Amino acid sequence: MPNPSHRAERVSAPEGSVVFEADVLVIGGGPAGTWAAVSAAERGARVVLADKGFCGTSGATAAAGTGVWYIDPDPALREAAMANREKMGGYLQDRRWMTRVLDSTYQHSNRLADWGYPYPVDGRGKSQRNSLQGPEYMRLMRKRTKQAGVTILDHSPALELLVDDDGAVAGASGMRRQKQDRWTVRAKAVVIATGGCAFLSKTLGSNVLTGDGYLMAAEVGAEFTSMEFSNPYAISPAFGSVTKTLFYGWASFSYDDGSVVPGAASKGGRSAIARALLEGPVYARLDKADDDVRHHMRVSQPNFFLPFDRTGIDPFKDRFPVTLRLEGTVRGTGGLRIVDDSCASSVPGLYAAGDAATRELICGGFTGGGSHNAAWAMSSGAWAGQGAADYATQVGPAAGRTLSSAGAVAFRSRSRRAFAPAALARAVQAEVFPYELNYFREASRLQGALGRLDAAWRDVSEADAADTSEIVRARETAAMLATARWMYRSALARQESRGMHRRDDFSEQDSRQRHYVTTGGLDEIWTSARPHAEAGYAEAAE
Amino acid sequence: MIEVIDGERCTSCDICVNVCPTNVFDKTDGIPVIARQGDCQTCFLCELYCPEDALYVSPFADQAQPIDLVALKQTDSMGSYRRAVGWTDETSDRRGVDRSYLLFGH
Repeated sequence: MPNPSHRAERVSAPEGSVVFEADVLVIGGGPAGTWAAVSAAERGARVVLADKGFCGTSGATAAAGTGVWYIDPDPALREAAMANREKMGGYLQDRRWMTRVLDSTYQHSNRLADWGYPYPVDGRGKSQRNSLQGPEYMRLMRKRTKQAGVTILDHSPALELLVDDDGAVAGASGMRRQKQDRWTVRAKAVVIATGGCAFLSKTLGSNVLTGDGYLMAAEVGAEFTSMEFSNPYAISPAFGSVTKTLFYGWASFSYDDGSVVPGAASKGGRSAIARALLEGPVYARLDKADDDVRHHMRVSQPNFFLPFDRTGIDPFKDRFPVTLRLEGTVRGTGGLRIVDDSCASSVPGLYAAGDAATRELICGGFTGGGSHNAAWAMSSGAWAGQGAADYATQVGPAAGRTLSSAGAVAFRSRSRRAFAPAALARAVQAEVFPYELNYFREASRLQGALGRLDAAWRDVSEADAADTSEIVRARETAAMLATARWMYRSALARQESRGMHRRDDFSEQDSRQRHYVTTGGLDEIWTSARPHAEAGYAEAAE
Repeated sequence: MIEVIDGERCTSCDICVNVCPTNVFDKTDGIPVIARQGDCQTCFLCELYCPEDALYVSPFADQAQPIDLVALKQTDSMGSYRRAVGWTDETSDRRGVDRSYLLFGH
């Protein structure tokens, strides 16, 4: 059991609110958040973890199954693992970070085994650790988080950060939505582990992922990077929510009349599916899976089959309609910019982990899929938790610090008009879902979308403060709107095709643009180019 | 979307109210209610955590579907996800059978 003095302390608070004093506040209770919380607690920090939903079911991992970038520490295997996606990622990865993530993922996966995660054993008696079943993994992580002495606040969406007089981040506040009251955590450091933004597209488990952490971080001046790499779409049955792209590797894709969609494939041919969907319905059938593969699929991710079993479809024999659901920055590679090995953001006291942080360091400009994201969540979560705990020991006593709230949009009374979250969500979706805007990008279409999105931002900035029943939705949709604007502003700045970012008007990769695009700001969005580590060295050597 | 809380099986333990990541259910003095069906993201996790197999999530993510509970209970749908992942006493041997490692790299 943890030392009781290492628990966050609940202090007296006005009626209708609860207040905690902690060293580290972790916002978000998915893989990255739980690893951050456990790691900070193991450093002796008093930790609070606040999740918008329920730590254990919240987020993209809990509902799914995920590969893990787990590679045995054999130099040849590690080298191959790093090399094999560099071209796809547009050579924006960073070898030093890939190396440390592979080391860290190996260690953390082995800890999961020690904690009792039921890894399967193969025919030769070897424990196989390159896959995790989401519900099982996150149930275990919740248990370990509690055992580490972390105070978990479920159903407690964070709404805004707190800052001290020097602008350092010093906590956050939000709603306890099942108790209809407010929470405040005064902390010495905050880890943002709120995931990416999937724009309420219903891609599996992702409707809690609306970019909330980005908005809060932007309000204290944090920077983002690689936000142009934000347009992956996942295949799902047209009527359903279960996106499991791996399994569609065994699919054939056809038009309404049964003829084959030329070039369509889950891997390397998804754009052909998108183009076909612009014309009409597209159907899939997993007819390339033999009996063994069918069996492996069923036991590996049972929920893939729920939509089929419950509608009487045999996905191996019957054609069923499919769609592409936007995964946005959840499976993109952009996010909060990391400035050092402890996953500190560009703002003092603020750390970022998991999909909320950029994955450019290990993925470059193309998603490594669940595998790399899972590895990154464990690794960056642990580093951010440790970094935040260490930072907290250097901050003076909490008493005497004057804290102020940093939230702006949806909090300010302007009395011009009501904030309308549902309408705003639809307006943002209309700009980011269409394949002709986001999948296939082009300057004038991006500028048109940005014009409408910027106007929407001015509109909500002048809207009246949302009331208690609407404030969570208001902040979520404002975060979606801000995310779309960072995405498209960055997409305009990258005048080439690289990684998942494809421009109809610049269809080739341009070797002079092997750099990162940094972005930030809210009322005015800015972008700038930042050199890639290796490109920077090469330049310096010239 | 979530469609059914079976009043015969539900014991009012309120686990679904707690575990739903999108806060779809509300507690009541009796069994919970589906208070915000439109917020359901069709992740099936409430079903997985229900110890009584009292919940049913329809696979249709965007539209509500009328459900005939009597007919539904004559199928093996309710609780099928929980059994498949090995979260029942009778099926716990299914917890360590992930064969994804044989599917990667295809």
